[in-house]
Amino acid sequence: MSLVIDIALWAIAMGLGLLLLVRSRPLFRQSLRFGAHDFLALLPRIALGMIGSGFIAEMLPAQLIPASLGPETGTLGLAFATVLGALTPGGPVVGFALATAALKSGAGVPHVIAYSIAWALFALPRVLIYEIPSMPSRVVWLRVAVSLPLPFLAAWMAMLVGKP
Amino acid sequence: MNEPVRRPRAVFDWSAAVIMILSLGSAGWVLVRDGSDRFLAILTDDLSLFGIMLPKVLAGCLIGAFVTLLLPRETVARWVGSDSGFPGLLLATLAGAILPGGPFTIYPVAGAFLAVGADAGAACAFVISWTLLGYTRAIVWELPFFGADFVMWRVIFSIPLPILAGLLARFAWRFVRERSA
Repeated sequence: MSLVIDIALWAIAMGLGLLLLVRSRPLFRQSLRFGAHDFLALLPRIALGMIGSGFIAEMLPAQLIPASLGPETGTLGLAFATVLGALTPGGPVVGFALATAALKSGAGVPHVIAYSIAWALFALPRVLIYEIPSMPSRVVWLRVAVSLPLPFLAAWMAMLVGKP
Repeated sequence: MNEPVRRPRAVFDWSAAVIMILSLGSAGWVLVRDGSDRFLAILTDDLSLFGIMLPKVLAGCLIGAFVTLLLPRETVARWVGSDSGFPGLLLATLAGAILPGGPFTIYPVAGAFLAVGADAGAACAFVISWTLLGYTRAIVWELPFFGADFVMWRVIFSIPLPILAGLLARFAWRFVRERSA
């Protein structure tokens, strides 16, 4: 599975790169630099988060996560996961490291899906810093309001299908 | 082709500092509590996962950089014009899923949608699609932490959501308009 994804991703990357190379050599070089720079900037965060999540999971009290976010907690647990996702401060590294730790220590998979979708949709710093200045605030609040059911819908779909 | 808007990405900021303190603290605690065998087992586990994910993250970054130059934002904004209808919502969802970039580039595009006459529903579908279906975020951030199986299913469950939310937004927007008119 991992190898298939690697091959697919690199095929796409090489196809797009070739397309860009044909159009303009300087732009190709420039975007290579951008991509590599992004990668190098991301590395320390991802390393920290991934390595940290294993230790953080080991640290969490054994009963805490299963009791509050376990598969048995149902819709109340989903609501809790959604609120946690919206309140998680900081960039993706904080949210995903904590979610991975929760998953390792017994959170329900649908709950982690709800958490990660809620984090993506509602993370307050992003809404306040980026969204409000770029769009009319009425549209932003409308966007937030119509997004409210989405973490639940995705989690319920996960429960229904029984995957992943 | 246009110059991409770049958000300068700091290598280290306060959110990285938070997770570093949490990680180092937990690692130290595990070392003291459970001894070096357990400590090393967790460390090698996480390190090998990290190694497997590196080529994917690099590919994700390159794809993002290439698409940014191949698919100018103005073109996308033009696609979702004034009288978009249901296809407009689908198009906005598709655009949100394929357009790379961080919040710095995406929200201005949504603003541009509204400026060229797209309705609030299309703008909402676009933003929600970018947050939930955007492949660069999924590859670069989610995949390393959760693994391919989780991310694939999470994305599959998310596909209908931007369209649903867009319809809901359109309905609510019209309702409020009619009430206030």
